[in-house]
Amino acid sequence: MTLNTEFNLGTQSDSLFNELLDAHQGLSLDQSSQMNAAMILLLMNHIGDPAVIRDAIARARAALDA
Amino acid sequence: MARYQYEPFDYVTPPELTGQAGTRAPVIIVGAGPIGLGAAVDLATHGIASVVVDDNNVVSVGSRAICWAKRSLEIFDRLGIGDRMLEKGVTWKLGRVFRGDQEVYNFDLLPDDGHKFPAFINLQQYYVEQYLVERCTDFPDLIDLRFKNRVQSVGQDETGVWADIETPDGSYRLDGDFLLACDGANSRLRRQFGLDFGGRYFEERFLIADVEMQADFPSERWFWFTPTFHPGQSALLHKQPDNIYRIDLQLGPDADPEEEKKPENVIPRIEKVVGGRPFKLDWVSVYSFNCRRIDRFVHDRVIFIGDSAHVVSPFGARGGNGGMHDVDNLCWKLAHIINGTSDASLLDSYDAERVHGADENIRNSSWTSRFMSPEPGIEMSFRNAVLSLAVDTPFARRMVNAGRLSVPCQLDSSDLNSHDSDEFDVAMQTGMVCLDAPVRHADGRDDWLMRQIGGGFCLLATGGATIDPATLPDGITVLEIGSGRDGSLEDTEGLVAARYGRGVHLIRPDQHLAARWVAPTPGDITSALARCARIAA
Repeated sequence: MTLNTEFNLGTQSDSLFNELLDAHQGLSLDQSSQMNAAMILLLMNHIGDPAVIRDAIARARAALDA
Repeated sequence: MARYQYEPFDYVTPPELTGQAGTRAPVIIVGAGPIGLGAAVDLATHGIASVVVDDNNVVSVGSRAICWAKRSLEIFDRLGIGDRMLEKGVTWKLGRVFRGDQEVYNFDLLPDDGHKFPAFINLQQYYVEQYLVERCTDFPDLIDLRFKNRVQSVGQDETGVWADIETPDGSYRLDGDFLLACDGANSRLRRQFGLDFGGRYFEERFLIADVEMQADFPSERWFWFTPTFHPGQSALLHKQPDNIYRIDLQLGPDADPEEEKKPENVIPRIEKVVGGRPFKLDWVSVYSFNCRRIDRFVHDRVIFIGDSAHVVSPFGARGGNGGMHDVDNLCWKLAHIINGTSDASLLDSYDAERVHGADENIRNSSWTSRFMSPEPGIEMSFRNAVLSLAVDTPFARRMVNAGRLSVPCQLDSSDLNSHDSDEFDVAMQTGMVCLDAPVRHADGRDDWLMRQIGGGFCLLATGGATIDPATLPDGITVLEIGSGRDGSLEDTEGLVAARYGRGVHLIRPDQHLAARWVAPTPGDITSALARCARIAA
């Protein structure tokens, strides 16, 4: 498996993006940071494939410089 | 139960200082801790003489290494003190992890039956050293123990190695063929050789205390993240023999070791842990730790072994156990080289295999340390996210890292192995330490596979396979399990066949699987043995 970077969220993409933002409403930066961490861990476990996860980490890190 | 009584060992004036002829030691061992003493006994079982020198004359003060893993117990059994340790030690296999006061995770370290030794016992280092010293006296012609003999310096050339040693009666030089530096984490020899001890220092300070108390805590390892009795930090409680409990409390990086060690500061902390039970302090220390190793463990005739070569944090029980792996790995190789049956290049495999083992231990203990004391900011966020998720989600429980405890090192990429040419669909893999199983002698005596494999090269036939002893090279013992032939052992519960399959297995003297076949030719066995033992031409 490789990391899927093609669009994969169907018609719900805008909704999901906004639900994610809504979930952070009213949180301190620390709380948001911990919620994001929990989110990443949950998704990482769901994916399970080390190569996909490593690719995602590398792309996310590289995106900082984009 | 009386607390441990420290009995000093006798100092005897060495023969070099009483006008007698000096001895040349095949092996000089510097340091009489579990590693140095273990090496002396292991070498003696191979018929190799050693002189052990130590600057002190008592066993370890304080419990220090307490958790002995199954593999170490199998090694100690080979050395002759396994049963004694098992009888005295506190057997355990269950670890519980708490967040606050709520259990989030527990782990069973030995879920399957059919092994002589449990996953772990807890036994204070001073008992292990005492048992080893007593075991050494079973080899009066092979082990020369010299207490209050302090090594000042060591030298070597192509013909040998020597140690300049100071005693209460003056100084002398001891000559030898090899020297084992078993002088611990603060090794003088490592410093004398100017070896870079690369790695990382962790600033976090911990209070370690042995307390004597009557309590009904079960024989389990309890670990807390942020318990209410010790807010914001971690804590560990572990049972030892003689009603001694090990308590380990994280103090943060700014704690003052001298202040924290004072009884007036220690006692209130312990009182909170033990909930008002009466107790006596037996030993207290404040420590921080390093995860480091030297680049190479073999420096011509001087070989570093145990903490002198590598140090880790204590939370995976990988220090003492890692050192015993070193002993196990090194001593048969050294014996074969000294006896002239193996080429000196066999020592390269000690370097390769134990550097691999040390790196595994350093990696695991560093990961645990990072989980226990994350950097403020995002590391803390991820750590806390794991702990929070662990309450309701099974996956996160497995990610909680309160110590990944010592397991046998896999030598699957060792040069000493021969690659499998046949397929085996079983738990045993080439490079692994052998899995134990119950067996029975023809006369009805129950026994264990590991004890029968012993400490030399062994050819093990399992699942009904047979070996023709007439075609075998010298120096190898044959063990048939379940073949039903004369001299074979019964596979009492079928676990040998289940764990090994049907085939013939070449086992190293340190009980690792070096090669296996369904039905080998004599040539297969000879060439695998030559490869594994680096048989001298």
